[in-house]
Amino acid sequence: MSAVAAATLAPSGTMPRAFGSTLTGTWRLVRFMLRRDRVRLTVWVLVVTALYASQLGEYAVLADDPNGLATRALLMRTPAMISMAGPGYGLDSYTVGAAVANELVLWIVLTLAVLSILQVVRHTRAEEESGRSELVRAGAVGRHAPSVAALITVLLANVVIAALTGAVLVSAGLPAVDSFAMTAGSGLAALVFGAAALVACQVTEHARGASGLGFAVLGAAFVLRAIGDIQEEHGSVLSWLSPIGWAQQTRSFVDLRWWPLALCVVAIVLLLLLAAFLASRRDFGSGLVATRRGRADAYAGLDGPFALAWTQQRSALLWTSLGLGVMWLATGSILSALPDMMETLRDNPIYSTVLGEGDLVRAFIGIMGLYAAFGGAGYAVAMSLRVKAEEESGLAEYLLATPVSRARWLGAYLAVAGIGTAVVTMSGVVALWVGAAGAGVTDPTFGEFVGLGAAYLPALAVLTALAVALYAWVPRATPVLWALFGYMFVVGLFGELLGLPDWARGISPFWWVPNTLVQDVEVADVVGLCAVAVVLFAVAFAGFRRRDVPTV
Amino acid sequence: MDVPAIEVRDLHKSFGTVKALDGLDLTVRPGEVAGFLGPNGAGKSTTLRVLLGLLRADSGSARLFGGDAWREAVALHRRLAYVPGDVSLWPNLTGGEAIDLITRLRGPVDKARRAELLERFELDPTKKARTYSKGNRQKVALVAAFASDVELLLLDEPTAGLDPLMEAVFTDHVRHAKAAGRSVLLSSHILSEVEKVCDTVTIIRAGRSVESGTLDQLRHLTRSNVAAVVTGDPSVVGVLPGVHDVVTAPADGGTRVTFDVDNEHVGGVLSALGGLGVHSFTAAPPSLEELFLRHYGDELPDAGRAPSTNGAPAGVAASGERSGR
Repeated sequence: MSAVAAATLAPSGTMPRAFGSTLTGTWRLVRFMLRRDRVRLTVWVLVVTALYASQLGEYAVLADDPNGLATRALLMRTPAMISMAGPGYGLDSYTVGAAVANELVLWIVLTLAVLSILQVVRHTRAEEESGRSELVRAGAVGRHAPSVAALITVLLANVVIAALTGAVLVSAGLPAVDSFAMTAGSGLAALVFGAAALVACQVTEHARGASGLGFAVLGAAFVLRAIGDIQEEHGSVLSWLSPIGWAQQTRSFVDLRWWPLALCVVAIVLLLLLAAFLASRRDFGSGLVATRRGRADAYAGLDGPFALAWTQQRSALLWTSLGLGVMWLATGSILSALPDMMETLRDNPIYSTVLGEGDLVRAFIGIMGLYAAFGGAGYAVAMSLRVKAEEESGLAEYLLATPVSRARWLGAYLAVAGIGTAVVTMSGVVALWVGAAGAGVTDPTFGEFVGLGAAYLPALAVLTALAVALYAWVPRATPVLWALFGYMFVVGLFGELLGLPDWARGISPFWWVPNTLVQDVEVADVVGLCAVAVVLFAVAFAGFRRRDVPTV
Repeated sequence: MDVPAIEVRDLHKSFGTVKALDGLDLTVRPGEVAGFLGPNGAGKSTTLRVLLGLLRADSGSARLFGGDAWREAVALHRRLAYVPGDVSLWPNLTGGEAIDLITRLRGPVDKARRAELLERFELDPTKKARTYSKGNRQKVALVAAFASDVELLLLDEPTAGLDPLMEAVFTDHVRHAKAAGRSVLLSSHILSEVEKVCDTVTIIRAGRSVESGTLDQLRHLTRSNVAAVVTGDPSVVGVLPGVHDVVTAPADGGTRVTFDVDNEHVGGVLSALGGLGVHSFTAAPPSLEELFLRHYGDELPDAGRAPSTNGAPAGVAASGERSGR
């Protein structure tokens, strides 16, 4: 063992001035990371591959129907679908390939980008913050080795996924070159976000902040692309500001061009150079900005768990609301262009048979409201699980050793998380309204926007209550909540397309929430959601009162 | 007689198949400083967590001031302060803010006392908690505990991260607390630390108390290691009462002799050595590990079975088990 180590370490010792010295140990770290993540990465690969396979199955069904793809193409011209799909290449003679490229790339890039951001942060800033990488870096490991190794693992994961999913497309009878261009392009675009996350890791001291910044960049790219493509068929300048757009602009299966992918490569290289530049200008364990000194004594109000929870969560609330708010503001500002687009579509005879006479603008805004509620849902899960982090780090123990009852402690964290969730959701729809009103939209009214967001609050309460109940009874199972969040997303956006049965869709609390702009509120559903939330809260408090803290 | 500050009877607690506490007994009388001594993993922290109502005991009773530690946790917590073994603090609060938060939860804060403690422990309260070292985080918890006006202090290995100077400050404040009539439970794995401040000691091993009493009653446990270089023949030392495990070896300028001596017999040894022409002399207290090896003849075990508490004669265990080292 030691002989092997000595043998492999020897070369790096004999060339102290080589470029490789800051990268010493990279491959060993890559192997170590792959070992740590073998289950995690396998699940990601399988999920993405399954996503491709299931979508291909759906298009195969559409293709069997003589009018299937044509009506689908029509649907894809509506703003709501453009925001959830692509720039619309090949809509005039929609083929399975064109549909895959137009509708799937966005979701693949989003999924892979989330994977890339999480992996990069997990192996760089999170390791540094926990102090584990101090152990690693004290070994024969170069300064940049952990970052480079993290990127290499992300690259490997994306390459494997691109190869596998490309093979899935080819096996479905699609042209090989376009297939691999599409999957490789999606992977490259995702890597841009991974590289951006690496830059974020240099700037902030906290893993949470770094992944937050990464997701903010991803959110901005999502919105820019959507707005750009809605403004102009095949995308406006805004679409070209988004890496997601670059992947879509390769026009796979329609008129393939490779050069947009060069933008991805250039962006990745620039971001990596920036990250390396920043990394060599900061100390280990710290961010770019040195931690400031703080108050010598606490402000007068900091005297209980509620104030404490608020102190811990307020900056997350501020940045989440602000970031999402800007997104919704921008989205709102394009709403004025919607009616004209709808009119041109309305002339088409097939259109009305497919979509009916309903008010499409209102339907579209309803979907924007759903998005805003998803922002609230993500915040709800993340913040209600803060109690688990408090317990794991020993802080719950310290606080519960003071005259604070368990119910008061849990209730305080829950209240702050709940208020934050409501603020994130409602500020989202209000920002949407501000953007729309600024662009001259008067219908729907402010009150209708508020109602649209408020309708989701009972469902968000259910989600929060479920999170806390799981935490109280089976703390190890709390990651399930993120799976539920993903499932809610799928049900909310694709439930209809996938043809899921009602009972399966009903698992998502959001399924019980109507688009209040076009539908009436079912009082029974609202009461039902509230009742479920109350029961789950009661279960949570009963469970937390009787269990050990910390649960080992 | 007053109600004991802490009274634990036949306490059992298991985590899955692991028995953390296996019939523990522990009593701390009001105004008493009690040492709670045991090797790592013996169940000290688990006991403290049961006393704080954080863990629920499987069986047995844990009472503070006569009240049930689990059911009356909140009311009892008004009367005590706790310093965790591994202090973690809220990363975005400063040390000063954390101290204020914790002390305010227990009641009104004496600002002058807080300021004095900060000065004595040389703690900068304006730094964010995440930038504190382990020792400094411990100081934050200690300041918060000593600044509170409470009747009982529960301290879980409070000096683990402190330097010797700060350890002295800590010892000082434990004495102040005792003078003010407070009860203290001080868990530790360092015998000498407990000897310095404690009135009584309970020794815990594998979740069970194996010895308990006043320091004088436990005096037979404390033995010193002596090493000396003498010019005369050291064999006379070996026959003195209370001397164990004599080893001699030639050394520069005479003979090196090392042995253990019961503390109560140190006087006799000193006068005997005095006649032999001493070149160098060191005496060190035994570590807890040595003590356990000598008394319980174990290899700091994971086994659930605790040895009998009647205490085998020290010399027997010593001669029997030493050969293994």
